Amino acid sequence: MSWLDFFRANRKPEPDSAAQAKERLQILLAHERIGRTREDFLPRLQQDLVAVVARYVAIDPAKVNVALDRGNDISTLAIEIELPSVRSAPAGAVEAARA
Amino acid sequence: MAQVIVVTSGKGGVGKTTTSAAFATGLAQAGKKTVVIDFDVGLRNLDLIMGVERRVVFDIVNVIQGEARLNQALIRDKRIENLSILPASQTRDKDALTKEGVNEIIEELSKDNDFILCDSPAGIEKGALLALYFADHAIVVTNPEVSSVRDSDRILGVLQSKSKRAEEKRDKVKEHLLVTRYDPNRVERGEMLKLEDVREILAIPLLGVIPENESVLRASNTGMPVILDGESIAGQAYKDAVSRFLGQELPHRFLEPEKKPGLLRRLFGGRAA
Ligand SMILES: Nc1ncnc2c1ncn2[C@@H]1O[C@H](COP(=O)(O)OP(=O)(O)OP(=O)(O)O)[C@@H](O)[C@H]1O
Ligand SMILES: [Mg+2]
Repeated sequence: MSWLDFFRANRKPEPDSAAQAKERLQILLAHERIGRTREDFLPRLQQDLVAVVARYVAIDPAKVNVALDRGNDISTLAIEIELPSVRSAPAGAVEAARA
Repeated sequence: MAQVIVVTSGKGGVGKTTTSAAFATGLAQAGKKTVVIDFDVGLRNLDLIMGVERRVVFDIVNVIQGEARLNQALIRDKRIENLSILPASQTRDKDALTKEGVNEIIEELSKDNDFILCDSPAGIEKGALLALYFADHAIVVTNPEVSSVRDSDRILGVLQSKSKRAEEKRDKVKEHLLVTRYDPNRVERGEMLKLEDVREILAIPLLGVIPENESVLRASNTGMPVILDGESIAGQAYKDAVSRFLGQELPHRFLEPEKKPGLLRRLFGGRAA
């Protein structure tokens, strides 16, 4: 072992990755334990939402984005639906929206 | 009536088979009549770890399909009395196992054994579900690592909903946490989850901690369950865990890094030789 190695071995350790592992697991498992008894509702939520919005605006189901961010205290669910530009909206949809 | 113990984990490669071999051997050494069943149909390995691979004639699938009697398929251990092994099939797939078939085998083995150990395959598919279905106890083998802890949590959920005890609404399967491949040096450096963290997250009673140790590979090379290596720290940790399972209270060992050589030894020790 050289003198340099000796000093290197005594350097302060890198930030603690084990602590991050613990925190990530605690958040994840808290959610997974709740969801264990019922099936994942997100796909159905997305379907329902698209159906409701489609009653008013013509939307492309492929242009719907659902993003979930599970946090410690709060979780957020972001739903992004791309609306067609006014010009490309089919007449039927505008009619339906007025009805 | 025998007690049925499943050794399970969800995640693969965490040490289930190593643990099954060690535990079965340790229980038999303690005078308990013990049989250990390999449920990993298609990927039989317990026979190798137990050192009986050259004596396998029939397997669990042969018994279930009526091609052999249970007594013909059981291999009696030559080193230790009271211990026998029921190997898995190497050529069939997991669908060859049926709940009825496994039930019959376990009932028959129950008559003249104290413990029936079930070495579960990885995953939460048919083979793993059958291995845990009849369990009274579950040894949940967990490495101090995120995916292993997550999968252990998952398998705890399965034990609470899909075991026979859960289905019949009897007392739940008794859970025991066994942390394996624990490396105190890496824990000290903050690179590996601490024992306390794993305990806190999974929140089930701790049966033991098996250190990461070279002796495990050595034992598997020679087909000798590591618990028979009294010199090795992994062997000793397994011995302690078996004693705890049988009701003894023992402190947990090998949780701290081995003492580092002193300053002078570090500076000059290496060159002196
Ligand atoms: N305490 C330990 N120290 C060092 N190596 C270990 C330890 N425990 C297990 N191993 C090694 O880890 C590997 C996997 O072990 P084992 O076969 O027991 O896992 P398993 O959970 O049964 O795997 P599978 O899910 O494939 O059935 C083996 O190479 C074994 O030697
Ligand atoms: Mg295995």
